[in-house]
Amino acid sequence: MDLLLPEFGLVILQTIAFLLLMFLLAKFAWKPVLAAIKEREQSIDEALNKAELAKQEMTRLTAQNEELMKEAREERDRILKEAKTLKDSIVHEAKTQAQTEGAKLIEKAKIEIENQKKAALAELKNQVSTLSLDIAERVLRTQLEDKAKQQDLVANLLKDVELN
Amino acid sequence: MDCSHVFEFKVKRLIVVFTLFLAFFSSSPAAFAQVDTTHVTEHAHAEPAKKKFDIGKFALHHIADSHSWHVIGETYIGLPVVLYTKDGFVTFNSSDFNHDDEGRVVVERKGQRFVKVHEKIHYASAVANEHGQFVDLDEKHHALNARPLDLSMTKNVCTLIISMIIILVVFLNVANGYKKRKGKSPKGLQSWMEPIILFVRDDIAKPNLGHKYERFMPYLLTVFFFIWFNNMLGLIPFLPGGANLTGNIAVTMVLALATFCLTVFNGNKYYWKHIFMPDVPWWMYIVMVPVELVGVFTKPIALMIRLFANITAGHILVLSLICLVFVFDSLYIAPVSVAFAVFIGAIELLVAFIQAFIFTILSALFIGMAIEEHH
Repeated sequence: MDLLLPEFGLVILQTIAFLLLMFLLAKFAWKPVLAAIKEREQSIDEALNKAELAKQEMTRLTAQNEELMKEAREERDRILKEAKTLKDSIVHEAKTQAQTEGAKLIEKAKIEIENQKKAALAELKNQVSTLSLDIAERVLRTQLEDKAKQQDLVANLLKDVELN
Repeated sequence: MDCSHVFEFKVKRLIVVFTLFLAFFSSSPAAFAQVDTTHVTEHAHAEPAKKKFDIGKFALHHIADSHSWHVIGETYIGLPVVLYTKDGFVTFNSSDFNHDDEGRVVVERKGQRFVKVHEKIHYASAVANEHGQFVDLDEKHHALNARPLDLSMTKNVCTLIISMIIILVVFLNVANGYKKRKGKSPKGLQSWMEPIILFVRDDIAKPNLGHKYERFMPYLLTVFFFIWFNNMLGLIPFLPGGANLTGNIAVTMVLALATFCLTVFNGNKYYWKHIFMPDVPWWMYIVMVPVELVGVFTKPIALMIRLFANITAGHILVLSLICLVFVFDSLYIAPVSVAFAVFIGAIELLVAFIQAFIFTILSALFIGMAIEEHH
């Protein structure tokens, strides 16, 4: 039964040793270790929270970017559309203007041509009359060169002229 | 000297292996007394040289505390003896007893005479008895002489100091690691110990103690690692291990007493009300109060006995297996006993941890019950 009887000396020594061990460990090991573990856990938690926040921020930013992109795209489309209508209107305007201008020019040309034609015709008339007079003069001159012929003519003429 | 009831605590163990050894031990008390007698009497030398090997005595001798440390063969290290007597402290080396353990060699210091009987130091009788022993023995051969207060550096005390040094070195190193690598991941020894420290904190302290767990962490961690390291040291068969420190009732008693004190001194009014004024009809108090009061004491006593019995039984089991060789007096049994010893050794490694865990978690549970707040 010796086994079951605690030896008093050992009880005392064990008590002293255990208390000493607990004191030393508590002061120099458990306190810093537990504090360090706790601190690290907190920093890990914090980091995880931060990561979560960053992720949320990220999604928010992505959404925002998406929105901005969409807006930008819409803006671009709008601008393009505007530009197109503007271009179309300009082209159209230019076309009509060109057409009217062209028509006007053609009109002017026509008038000019008419005028020129008239002038040319007048000129031609003058020329023709002068020419005819000239010719007539020449013809008359040649025909009336000898006396016989002149008398003939006068005679002819006089014959025609029946004194009525 | 009936050891079989020591084994009864070990029901968890492999029953097959167990019954085998219970068989040895149940036959042992009779043989024990016999051999004991022959051993003490001088006729022992006259007996045939080949006497029956007494496994029980061998095992009990090895698990008991000792004033000298057996190294190998006939080599012993004599350990200092420190006695507190009527005339103050007396110190000498245990080798002065010349390895005598039956009270035949008397050491005289400061006018006082001491003998060593079964690893216990007694005041020597004035004259020797008929066997040359300076002690009075009762019929069971227990010394009747008075004993001084023995504060010797026994094998267990040496192991205690060695284990303290190991634990301090390990955990100061670990703590240093936290200082050096502040906020970084653990490394080396630190990464071995951190999961266990976290295990004690998260699986033992927190569930049982609630938000007030931090106050009891130093005790729980110390008790856990003290028991675990010493259980493992006890499994090493040679120096500096081999002592049965956590299987010593004095040691487990101190540990259980610590838990008891923490429970009693931290107990709040709900705890005491539960014991002295439980929520039952008043006439039930006659039964309930004594039961609850006994419960206060049985809890730490169960802690004490559980650790002591588990570790002691483990040691006896391994020793017995090895001793099969001597029991059968044949070398051919050695492979069997070594195989069994390795198997049990592996289980003991597990038990070393489990017992530390159980002691710590039950301590936490008892303290937790005492400090629990009721709304």
